[in-house]
Amino acid sequence: MAATDIAIVGWAQTPSVERSTRTEPQLCMEANLAAIAKAGIDRHDIGFTCAGSCDYLTGGPFAFVANLDAAGAWPPIAESHVEMDGAWALYEAWVRIQHGDIDLALVFGSGKSSPSNPLELYPQQLDPYYLEPLGLDPLSIGAIQARALLDAGKATEADFAAAAARSLRDAMSNPNAQASGDHDPADLLKADYVCAPLRAHDVAPVSDGAAAIILATADRARALTDSPVFIRGIDHRIEVHQPGMRDLTSSPSTTAAAKKAGLNGSQIDVAELCALFTSQEVILRDALGLGASTTINPSGGPLGANPVMATGLVRIIEAAQRVADGTAGRALAHVTNGQGLQHNLVCILEGDR
Amino acid sequence: MAQPAAIIGVGQTKHAKARAELSMTGLCREAAVRALEDAGLDWADIDAVVIGKAPDAFEGVMQPELFLADGLGAAGKPMLRVHTAGSVGGSTVLVASHLVESGIHQRVLAVAWEKQSEGNAQWGLAGGRSGGIGAGGAFAPYIRGYMQRTDAPEYIGWQVAVKDRLNAMKNPYAHLQLPDITIEKVKESPMLWDPLHFLESCPSSDGACAVVIGDEAAAKAAPRKPAWVIANAVRSEPSTFPGRDAVRPQAGVDCAHDVYRQARITNPVEEIDVAELYVPFSWYEPMWLEGHDIAGPGEGWKMVDRGDTEMGGKFPVNPSGGVLSSNPIGASGMLRMAEAANQVRGEAGEHQIGGARIALGQAYGGNAQYFSMAIFGSTLP
Repeated sequence: MAATDIAIVGWAQTPSVERSTRTEPQLCMEANLAAIAKAGIDRHDIGFTCAGSCDYLTGGPFAFVANLDAAGAWPPIAESHVEMDGAWALYEAWVRIQHGDIDLALVFGSGKSSPSNPLELYPQQLDPYYLEPLGLDPLSIGAIQARALLDAGKATEADFAAAAARSLRDAMSNPNAQASGDHDPADLLKADYVCAPLRAHDVAPVSDGAAAIILATADRARALTDSPVFIRGIDHRIEVHQPGMRDLTSSPSTTAAAKKAGLNGSQIDVAELCALFTSQEVILRDALGLGASTTINPSGGPLGANPVMATGLVRIIEAAQRVADGTAGRALAHVTNGQGLQHNLVCILEGDR
Repeated sequence: MAQPAAIIGVGQTKHAKARAELSMTGLCREAAVRALEDAGLDWADIDAVVIGKAPDAFEGVMQPELFLADGLGAAGKPMLRVHTAGSVGGSTVLVASHLVESGIHQRVLAVAWEKQSEGNAQWGLAGGRSGGIGAGGAFAPYIRGYMQRTDAPEYIGWQVAVKDRLNAMKNPYAHLQLPDITIEKVKESPMLWDPLHFLESCPSSDGACAVVIGDEAAAKAAPRKPAWVIANAVRSEPSTFPGRDAVRPQAGVDCAHDVYRQARITNPVEEIDVAELYVPFSWYEPMWLEGHDIAGPGEGWKMVDRGDTEMGGKFPVNPSGGVLSSNPIGASGMLRMAEAANQVRGEAGEHQIGGARIALGQAYGGNAQYFSMAIFGSTLP
């Protein structure tokens, strides 16, 4: 059975900030209510709700339970949750709508990282027997990956700085961005390393924030809006966990997911890539075969705003926004999960035919 | 429209207080390999892997599915991680089933697990650093509420505790093996959370469960009988709010009615042959019988008292021994689904209910606020 076209008809994100004074359910509530309002639907018409978050960010078991207060779960709702970025909640909802018995779904992703220290936290995301005892943090893995890329001759530190300068400049026009600025790449290269060969500009900030999307069947979408954004394909693939067993300079799971999602060499006008390090942008461009005709991360990407567990959903929102406003005819959103691009999702968006 | 889906392979570990000889991966593989063997399949036949477990804080590994991907053959494939509190094992089966029902995949491996011995689940259940009261402490007032509402005598809980432990003697995978358990022993065991005695509570277990869900073609090619997923539903409601009925949560009522409607069941107690219900504390058996409209108000405990829920009764509940006998938390919900499926497959071994054709699997979680249910049939309707 071929997948049915599903459309994005509403979306919203909170501003990404270093430390929000609001609770995670409050952040989710803001995003959910705004997405529902933008879609112009009654929340009681939503047939399935799916959320993505991670208990460890706030440091409490069952932290995700409180977010249910932002899902409008009374009367009770059909609802599920993934311990992953909200983009995978979108995938689960996209699968659920395929059954044909519901026509609207709410998906949201949220993360409040400010209560924890990411460098202490993330070693616990690694294999507890062989890697966690090494205390390997995401910055170190990112640096190992960047070093591998440099050693392979696939990129230079100047390439990284150019990506950072472009992203931070684009983020200046993104009202939700946490980091932005107009920098000369040559100046950026004068900064000290934070973890060689990475400098501060190469590393995404860590943000508090939430994002939400309303999905609709094609018929419902056309009744709701003149500019539905259709998900033409979506797929995701995971790779082995051990960084030493992967070629960190490539991302075969991204390539495989993109192929399955329908990326066939035709023009992609805008790509929102979940590059948490400038070096990952190089790897992802290569894995997706994106050339100079594709605008990369016009929102500024994760270097501007990185609400962990919603960063991926924000990529889909930013790509959808540009299809809806006519900037892009065809857009691609990429999302990653785990360290060193272990798990990748690709989603291809287009306007109505 | 949704395509038919069926459980075509089931596997579970021997559940125990500590499976110290196994890593987390080893534990999951013990169940997964058995499910694949049961389905007559190999790792390469699997299109996608869905992994479920309760809070990561129980073992102290954040998103452990990322490292489990290697050992569960997920590399190169889609992998999803589900977390819906105690109902997660049930939800994981449903997410996997949806991948097949939607026509996206043909054969999906679902694995749910907990290795409580590697962490401190009691600390986690009590909210970690926020210092809550734990599952028993949370549920005991609801149990008291049920007893007051229905005039249920205190020995009903003791009866369920004995019945499920004696059923577990017929299940070689069950953690607790208490052949000498009696009503008197349950009554005399220490009071943990009034009215719950020690022997009315589930154990802390290491364990995993796995199922292979296949489409119609995969089910027909399978070496053993499939369990058709003839209905499935989830419902959630907030943890607490004024006017919430925590004894009979509306989400549980709605979820049950959704699966009965899908399965065209109008009289559950007559039309369902056997049920595997998530009963971590003895009293939840009569509470769910009423909370899912299997019994009328105040009739659930009378079904227990009459022996209706024993293996030879008119509505057997938890012939496997249930959560009261094995509680690898994340896997406990999937075990309900797997045991219900095995009943209609005729694969339940010594705890098989003769002639079972329709079985209900149920799991709940959080503050009795998350529900996942499925009805399995021996034939495709």
